[in-house]
Amino acid sequence: MAGMVKLRELAPVIRSKNAGPFRLTFDVLFDDETLYEHVRDSGAFNEKAIAAAFGVPESQISSLFHFDAARALKVTFFRPHDQCAIGESDAYGCQQHVPLMDLEVPDP
Amino acid sequence: MTEITVLTPTGSLGYGFDSDAFTRAMGMGPQVIAVDSGSTDPGPHYLGSGEPLVPRLSIKKELTTMLVAGCGAGIPVVVGSAGGGGTNRHVDWMAGIVREIAAEKGLRFKLAIIYADIPIERAKKALADDEIQRFEASFDLTDELLDETVALVAQMGHEPIAQALAQGADVVIAGRAVDDCAISAFPIWKGADEAQSVHMGKILECGALAADPGGMDVMIGRVADDHFTVEPGNMRRRATTKSIAAHSLYERENPFHQAGPGHALDLNDCRFEQVDDRSVRVSGARIEHGADYWVKLEGARIAGHRAICIAGIRCPTMIGRIDEVLDAVRRDCLDYFQDNSLKIEFHCYGRNGVMRVLEPEQEITTHELGLVVDCVAADGDTAHAASHHLSGDLLHYSYPGIFNTAGNLAFPYSPSDLRAGPVYVFSAYHLMKVDDPLELFPILMEDVG
Repeated sequence: MAGMVKLRELAPVIRSKNAGPFRLTFDVLFDDETLYEHVRDSGAFNEKAIAAAFGVPESQISSLFHFDAARALKVTFFRPHDQCAIGESDAYGCQQHVPLMDLEVPDP
Repeated sequence: MTEITVLTPTGSLGYGFDSDAFTRAMGMGPQVIAVDSGSTDPGPHYLGSGEPLVPRLSIKKELTTMLVAGCGAGIPVVVGSAGGGGTNRHVDWMAGIVREIAAEKGLRFKLAIIYADIPIERAKKALADDEIQRFEASFDLTDELLDETVALVAQMGHEPIAQALAQGADVVIAGRAVDDCAISAFPIWKGADEAQSVHMGKILECGALAADPGGMDVMIGRVADDHFTVEPGNMRRRATTKSIAAHSLYERENPFHQAGPGHALDLNDCRFEQVDDRSVRVSGARIEHGADYWVKLEGARIAGHRAICIAGIRCPTMIGRIDEVLDAVRRDCLDYFQDNSLKIEFHCYGRNGVMRVLEPEQEITTHELGLVVDCVAADGDTAHAASHHLSGDLLHYSYPGIFNTAGNLAFPYSPSDLRAGPVYVFSAYHLMKVDDPLELFPILMEDVG
């Protein structure tokens, strides 16, 4: 079986952003069609692995998509705190992406 | 075939654009200059407080460019979600800037202002009539929440803006509107395909953020019967199939299905084609109209008043004990004030300040920590006193093995404890049914100049 690599080694854009005040959405964008299809079809980008990477229950994941036109994988969470609620720390949700950079996927 | 060209100067009014790019785009024959000016993305503060998201200087500078160009070319200028929150206060504020610019530049035009404040009683009636729908909010809307709500708006669709244009408006300053509506209203009013216009609006509303490289800058969109094309105004930027397609994902959950007032956009069969080096053709969007017309309400309430203290920690012994020290001073502070409304949060940068509960790294590997002491209480005096109590306690806290007995915190500022004012949180983010897309959004026409 092939080894594993971190998603950051295959995808040039990995980002997080608020999607409204109650959700956080993450996009993984690939330049290379073959790499995109490899990761998409490997199944490594799944609810269980992503929830584990962030230490949240799978039920906190709202949806997961792949979007071929943009060579993109996408996952959306319910936010742990509503945007700008007391104790919240990232209004735009744009610095929550790092655990996805380190997500392990099979070496192509 | 109707082809309409829209110039969008930037992704959000006041965030800047390249003046050469704007001039170049004006040379491409736009029939309207349209820009979005608001969002809930910066949080509920602007909605709640009525304060503008972007300072007056920036808004005036960019509106001046747009109004002078629009009047010069004889084309309308449309601004959606004025002031950030799109409340009546924001609309009036921006209309004041528009009148001031007209006077200074000797411009004459017909101004339409469109309000989007919703009377609390109107929302309560909808609640009683079972015409409120939970959307993405983590809570249900109730009479009690509406009573606490200090600002309530609804996002208008394109219809009130199109109505203002039909009434002869040269300049439209609209309150809270769906982001794409400022851009789609003119083409739809002129008879362009609605699905293409709305989809184009979703890309243009962020200006050149959808370009490569992305940025707050000019975008040109041309909408035709069964497609639209987009091109950045700035020659340094390109629209690529990848940059435009990727924008369909940006800050939205579902790239295939996007709902708006009275409609849902189906993007399953969208195609993105490179027309030339700098422009992209998009086709395939379909629109479905619902039986009922629902608008999104946005409300804010005051959750308390805040005071903060910012401090740095360099001593390794203090960093090594940071969790227990913070727990101890928190307990002491809560005990001292005996105020149930008091909430204390420590944002500990270098530990988990950015990700809080989502942070997977448990080890502190940095040589210094940044600390924001965040106190919220029912009144600002308690919050301020609590912040001062906490920072004082932390400064002089003694623990076994302490090296530096002179003080534990480095304050970059005096005063160390700052009043941050009221804390607004969302109190409504729900859908409300209306009979008529124009019902909630009064249009006021005015001759300026």
